[in-house]
This record gives sequence, structure tokens and C-alpha cells, in this order.
Amino acid sequence: MSTNAELMDFEKAIELFEPVLGFEVHVELNTNTKMFSDAPNPASSQAESATQEPNTMITPVCLGLPGSLPVVNEQAVKFSISLGLALGCEIASSSRFARKNYFYPDLAKNYQISQYDEPIAHDGEIEVEIAGGKTFKIEIERAHMEEDAGKLTHVGGSTGRIQGADYSLVDYNRAGVPLVEIVTKIIQGTNENAPEVGKAYVATIREIVLALGISEARMERGNLRCDANVSLSPRGSGKLGTRTETKNVNSLRSVDRAVRYEIQRQAAIIAAGGTIVQETRHWHEDTGTTSPGRPKSDADDYRYFPEPDLLPVEPSASLIQELKNALPEAPAKRRSRLKADWGFSELEFQDVVNAGLLNEIEQTVQAGASPAQSRKWWMGEVSRIANAKSVDPSTLVSPKSVAEIVKLTESGELTDRLARQALEGVIAGEGTPTEVVAKRGLKVVSDDGALIAAIDEALKSQPDVLEKIKSGKIQAAGAIIGDVMKAMQGKADAARVRELILERATG
Amino acid sequence: MSQSHSLEPEQVAHLAELARIALTSQEISKLTGELGIIIESIAKVSEVATSDVPATSHPMPLTNVFRQDIPGKTLTPDEALAGAPDREGDRFKVASILGDEQ
Repeated sequence: MSTNAELMDFEKAIELFEPVLGFEVHVELNTNTKMFSDAPNPASSQAESATQEPNTMITPVCLGLPGSLPVVNEQAVKFSISLGLALGCEIASSSRFARKNYFYPDLAKNYQISQYDEPIAHDGEIEVEIAGGKTFKIEIERAHMEEDAGKLTHVGGSTGRIQGADYSLVDYNRAGVPLVEIVTKIIQGTNENAPEVGKAYVATIREIVLALGISEARMERGNLRCDANVSLSPRGSGKLGTRTETKNVNSLRSVDRAVRYEIQRQAAIIAAGGTIVQETRHWHEDTGTTSPGRPKSDADDYRYFPEPDLLPVEPSASLIQELKNALPEAPAKRRSRLKADWGFSELEFQDVVNAGLLNEIEQTVQAGASPAQSRKWWMGEVSRIANAKSVDPSTLVSPKSVAEIVKLTESGELTDRLARQALEGVIAGEGTPTEVVAKRGLKVVSDDGALIAAIDEALKSQPDVLEKIKSGKIQAAGAIIGDVMKAMQGKADAARVRELILERATG
Repeated sequence: MSQSHSLEPEQVAHLAELARIALTSQEISKLTGELGIIIESIAKVSEVATSDVPATSHPMPLTNVFRQDIPGKTLTPDEALAGAPDREGDRFKVASILGDEQ
């Protein structure tokens, strides 16, 4: 449910206020098993979330059944340390788990195992880049390990959201999935770039975890989730404003939109003499608005205490060094390398970065397509369809499929038009490009006999064209090509048709 | 805890609410006294534990007890739901809670 809040014009808001940001990003690790139990991890690289039946990936530990005891997944700890290092953090020589106590049925044991005052990683810094190449330093306060909660479906009520629901159904498959929560320090000085910086920050985190190979990082599946804190400081006041925390902003473009919306909403309230309520707010993807959730108050009294069932984690200096040595190339460095390898112009490359499609294009190139064609398809047709559907392009189709489509066009088996139809079929879930081509019968007509027959037919209806071509007006062939393509339902190679027409005219 | 080690009835009421335990006012005043004694006793221990005694959360001097990342046996949905107050299909059915995800 969203309310129609008053909004101030964005430029005006930035003129009057300095936006102050902060982000909490949750990353689901893709280990084989959960954080504290040997249940299979639904966020692992093997797990296919579409086929996960409810409550099939759980053990007594996931449910907190009496007598069950958590044991820490070593791989999850290593992944967390690697992530901490990639964020430029210091790794704690001793780190402990803590219970965060609250009553909500997303966890059956009435507490979440998290970390409180002794996180595994703290005090880091990363650089993010926005359109035009401007960079911003984002300081990381901490990155801590914890477990994910189960999934609730609210049944009944008018909106499907929790307010007014008659009852809720719980699936604990996700309960216990290893999470790393990354918390930034407050981010100032972004001004009119605030929404873009937010988006670039989350995109950079996504790039980092993908480069590390520690998360599937698919935002639409909740592998990477962002809470955005926004407050406004009246210019010249030197005072920080009251912040709101917008929860579950789960796509890159939504991070930009949600930050922008909160700046405009809060500015209108303050300008009208009102006060900002410190609260969590819900993000509504469909309307691009936020609505109030739970007020932040002493209800957030989680009574953290050290988890008595788990022992401290004390990574050795040699393990930390080993993980440090294994870190992949930093995203900024990688970008300049890819730009050179691909031979894109500054503008072309920036467009790709802004669209968040660097990984997709890299993987498409790795799968055998040319950089130029990979860019053309991702930035063109795939992005166009994604925009129409209001989803991220990466959710529509895999790099492997795009590479396959590119190769089919380069070998002449598909025309551009047929290739677009093949893409449509892949997105509709009809199979791989080759399967779609077979099912839909999209092959280019390469049988010259059929093409010649269609050409003769077209020439018969426009007898003057042949004369024109013979007298040297070769461009007159265009009309015939159009007719032939229509007759072939677009499945002919226009260049070959042209060749055949000219042969006919001269032969 | 506060320096005085004393406990106010409001704090007990607040804790009871956080723990979802319904207490009568008599129970609150009785518990305020009893919990106050416990807090005082623990405060005595803190007097002895000076800064050279590290805080600990576990009686065993162990660290880094880990598990290999290998999947094991899972419960069937029926086993998982055996203790559920109610179910719908293979999911737990619970009363809708006023409030939000944490």
C-alpha cells in the first residue's frame, strides 16, 4: 500500500539540503550448505530455486528444535573473510557470534544468530564510479556473518502485504542461509549524485561478490538485498537530519529510484515545517514510492548476547594472507582492462557500466561472441525488453544464450530479425536459442530454388523493375527484396536475395 | 546494567513484553525484587573480575570449531511439520503477526 506523498523537485531539494546516505547490503553466500547446519543451501550455485519445494531443505538446526546445535560452516567463514578483504576491511583476529532476540515467525527459534560487537571484518573502504567517470569513496563500517530467515507468505488481506493478512505461511528453506551484512559509514558529499552513488555502490558490491564467486548475487532472487538509509541536512546547518531506512530495495535501478524518492519526499516535509519520523519504510517497485513501516523505537531492543552454542572464530594470520593472495582483480582495475580488451569507446563503455551489464557482456564474450555483438545485443534488444518489463536485463536471459544467438547470426543461420524472435523465445522459456530456432522454424531459407521462385513471382507483378535494373538502376531491386522477404516471412538473407535478383537481371 | 544495580518495575514490564510473557502487576513487583537480587549478585562477580580477566562466552577454551561444507540428511516436510501448530500444504501456518520483518 503506498501513499501519495508530496515531493519536492529533485534539483530544488539538493539546493536546500545535503543528502546523507548509508547502506546495509545483505549478501547470501553460495556455499553448498547453510551457515550453521549441513542442510543444502538454496542460495548455492547448484540449487535451482524454481524447483525448491517448501520445507525440503531443512534440518533440526534450521528449525531450532530442542537438542539441536549449530556448527559453523568453515567455507562460509572463508568467504566472509575474502569479502571483508575485498572491501578493504581489517579482519578481526577474534570474532564472535551473538543472538539477536526477537519474536517473528521467520525464524522458529525466536532469535537470529548474528554478530554484534565482534564482527569478522571492520573499517574498510571501496571506490565507486558513476556515469562520466566521477568516483566516490565509500567507507565500510563493518561486515558481519549471520543467518538468513525463512520466507513468509501473507494470505488474505487486501494487499498481500502483512497489514490485514488473515494468516501467514512459512517456508524455512531459507532459514540459516549464510549471509554477510555489509554496513557503510555515513556517506556525505554526494549531492546531486546521491541516487547514482547508491546504485553504483550496490553495483560494485555485486561486482565484487561475483568476482569472488561467493554469491550468485541475483537481486531478483534476494541473493543480494539492499536497505537504504537517507536523511537530509539543511545546507549550512552542519546538523544531520532524521533518517529513514527503506527496506528491500532489490534491483540496481530501484536503489537509484528509492534514494531519489526519499530525498524528494523528506525535502517536501521539512520545507513545509514538518518533521521526519525515524522509521523503516517499504519500497514499492511498481509505483516507485515508499510507505511507512515500523517506527524505529525501543521495539528494536534485541537483547544481543554472545551465542553460547558457538565458539569464537579466530582466523590465523596465515589463512588471512592466503585469502588475500587469492583475491581477484579489483573492479576498477578490471574495468580499465576490459575497456582496452573490447575496444569500446569511453561512451560505449560507460553505458555498459551504467546499465550494470559488465559481467553479462564479459561472460558473453567468454562464451565465444564478439565484444561488439555482445554489447549490441545486451544494450539493445535485451535491455529494450527488460525496460518494457521493468526488470534487470540480466534476469531475462543468460550470457550463454546471448552468445549462441550472436554466433547463429554471424554464421548466417539467422537474420537479425529471426535472431530477435529467437531471443523472444528464449526469454519466454522455450529453451536454448538452438531449440527455439528448431521449434519455431526460424532457419534462414538458404534454398536458392525457393528464393528464385519468390523473386520470379515478385518480378512478374512489377515488370518495369527488371528493365530499370538492366538500365543500371540497381537500387530498384529494393522493392523486389521487400516483396521476397515478405513472402519468406523474413526468413531470407536479404544480401543473398539481392545477389539473386541481380543475377536474374543480368543473366 | 545501571550502576546502582537496582531494577525498576517498568524495566521488568518492558522485558516481559519483549519476551512475550504476560505478567500481572503482583508478578512484576515480585520479579523486580528477585531479579534485582540476581543483578546484585552478578555485580559482585564483576567486582572480582578485573580488567586482566578476559570476558568469555563459553566455558571451554576452544576456538575455530568448524564443519566441512558437505550437505547431509534433511528432514522430510512431514517430519519438519510434525510439531507445527497448523499447516497448509507443506508450509507452517501461523497467525498473522502485526509488525514487520526484523
